[in-house]
Amino acid sequence: MNWTRKHLLGLEGIERDEIITILDTTSRFREILDRPVKKVPTLRGITIANLFFEPSTRTRMSFELAEKRLSADVLNFSASTSSLKKGETLRDTARNIEAMKVDMVVMRHPSPGAPHFLTNHIDGSIINAGDGSHEHPTQALLDLFTMREHAGDLKGKRVTIVGDILHSRVARSDIWGLKALGADVTLCGPSTFMPTEVEKLGVTVTHDIRDATGDADIVNILRIQRERQNGGFLPSLREYSALFGINAARLREMKPDVLIMHPGPINRGVEIAPDVADGDRSVILEQVTNGVAVRMAMLYLLSMVRASKRVEEADILAEVGA
Amino acid sequence: MRKILLRGMRLIDPATSTDERIDLLIAGGVIAARGVGIVADQETRLVELPGAVVAPGLVDMHVHLREPGREDEETIESGTRAAVHGGITALAAMPNTEPTIDTPAWVEYVRSRGRLAGVHPIAAITVGREGRTLAPLGELAEAGAVAFSDDGRSVADPSVMRRALQYASMIGRTIIAHCEDQALVGSGIMNEGLASTRSGLSPIPTVAEETIVARDILLAQSTGARLHIAHVSTRGSVKLVRRAKADGVAVTCETCPHYFCLTDDDVRSYDTSMRVNPPLRSAGDLKAIREGLRDGTIDVVASDHAPHSLEEKQVEFDAAPPGMIGMETLLPLTITHMVDTGILSLGKAIALMTVKPARALGITAGTLATGAAADVVVFDPEGRVEVTGDWFRSLSKNSPFVGSTLSGRVLMTIHDGQVVFEEDLENTCGSSEDNGKRAAESNELVVGV
Repeated sequence: MNWTRKHLLGLEGIERDEIITILDTTSRFREILDRPVKKVPTLRGITIANLFFEPSTRTRMSFELAEKRLSADVLNFSASTSSLKKGETLRDTARNIEAMKVDMVVMRHPSPGAPHFLTNHIDGSIINAGDGSHEHPTQALLDLFTMREHAGDLKGKRVTIVGDILHSRVARSDIWGLKALGADVTLCGPSTFMPTEVEKLGVTVTHDIRDATGDADIVNILRIQRERQNGGFLPSLREYSALFGINAARLREMKPDVLIMHPGPINRGVEIAPDVADGDRSVILEQVTNGVAVRMAMLYLLSMVRASKRVEEADILAEVGA
Repeated sequence: MRKILLRGMRLIDPATSTDERIDLLIAGGVIAARGVGIVADQETRLVELPGAVVAPGLVDMHVHLREPGREDEETIESGTRAAVHGGITALAAMPNTEPTIDTPAWVEYVRSRGRLAGVHPIAAITVGREGRTLAPLGELAEAGAVAFSDDGRSVADPSVMRRALQYASMIGRTIIAHCEDQALVGSGIMNEGLASTRSGLSPIPTVAEETIVARDILLAQSTGARLHIAHVSTRGSVKLVRRAKADGVAVTCETCPHYFCLTDDDVRSYDTSMRVNPPLRSAGDLKAIREGLRDGTIDVVASDHAPHSLEEKQVEFDAAPPGMIGMETLLPLTITHMVDTGILSLGKAIALMTVKPARALGITAGTLATGAAADVVVFDPEGRVEVTGDWFRSLSKNSPFVGSTLSGRVLMTIHDGQVVFEEDLENTCGSSEDNGKRAAESNELVVGV
């Protein structure tokens, strides 16, 4: 097994072998989800806090389900009851969580780097469940798992990400993960949605949707936030849809076995037409199922690192005769 | 007042084109004599520090003292204590306090409270720094304001800026421009580039600074007023100022050490001490800043000393207020990154922190000419400085340089003929027992004032 990290903060800098370990572990947990009784005792006695400083239904539910299926004790802390509203700093929140002896923290936060900040104040393992426009590693891992299930080894596979790359944590994590596995990554979207110098990450950028999707093996479509129209990034959602939306006509010009993905929640009729979202090339709901398995795998791998640390400490204590 | 004889050390005074090994006698609060073989009488304290350089006390033209309003972060007392620890004997205090320094009474308050070092108030351009109504610039100047600035933000309305330049020109004062187009900054947090793409922090494009630099240069040109551009951080700004100077515009500008020793890549650690305005820029910008200092386009190195409490900085990166403290690291950072790297001679570096800011502000300071006020710094350019939180005399510790080792150690600072800071000489090589005793005496003096 090739996993020794204490935290999962992002996929930048991650090694191919580490991703393979996660995906292989995910396969084992994915199988549990098809059993009549979907619960295993793996994390019994482990306490996990889900800190959500930003509204999220799907990611939060997915993590909570993963934790419960592993028999962990789960603590939920969401934005409406958040300490931020009481004028406490994130540091104070972290110290309180620490004082409650929580083993692992899953955090969603609107500020990039917030989980990194937390690592300086908490002894437990931290999983980044999305930090602003920075990273969303478990989403990328479930994307990679789903892609591998259908397309096999991703080395040399053409993967196109379409949409608001600038504000997307999913795009960033996907890029790091896909590059680590040797995929060819193309980004497509309006110029106002392209981050500066993103080509330096080893990706191809195009503003022509036909160019981007014509020979793609996989097309991952990102959600367009409606408020971007007011931010002056887009003339209108209608224009976005006309230039970059994926509809049945565009799908017909793609490879017949192309895989259509979307991290959700989808804006039907904006970035993706309803018949494409619900069509036979779409694996959007499969992604949701795989999300639970990936998160179970991640929680398991991080708990193993913690357990091995405890064993080491116990060995040292035994040696010194304590 | 006791006389002081600084004997046999290398004396660098760019204002008088001096760089030689001569003695300097301080008496009656002024530079009494310079030359070889000055004899000390019994009343005179003799200072001989091998390897040390004697230079004019540094002039830091961009400092936030936080008093009035945020005395938990810095006071005029603690700020001047930090200043003299960094070899600074004259500083210009920015008016973005709470309340804003926009009345003669507040100018007088700030001006009169600096004891360890000279505090020169900069008053606001507009009432409350709101960019609408001109502050009473004439009365403010009379009360002691050396320049005007709405630092922290630009005067957004170009017609207000134009009138401010016209008016300041009438009373012979400089307008110091903070150049940042707020609409282009938007919700930006760090410099736009590969580093912002990787970190996911909202980007601030360099043109947000450059459009205002260009605008204010054009306004200065058309009004004939004197303009000083604060904290230049981009390649484009350096180019604009270079061209303006070639065109004969009365413009000067400054940069800060962090723009020639840190880049936006350092922000990727999400260390909030790296958050500053303007933001740390790319490696290409850093190179252009160094070149601008070398060729004289940039006139001044100033600290933009901006204290913030630990509570305010120990938060998410985008929630942390921008700014870093810098008076105490001004000299060592400039020596380490600009002199030791061979880009600037020590003399040129000292000019950027003494005579040139004094000229930009129009104040009498930054020289060791005979008869000038005895504001002097004695430092060891090769002396090591281990930067720790405790090392700072500032009330705040928000420096990204904590943990680094720098060259350029201040040994003694003299203001108006009085020793206002002195290194613990017992821990310095080459010190005599006598010097040690005197160090103890002068420490009492510092505590007493």
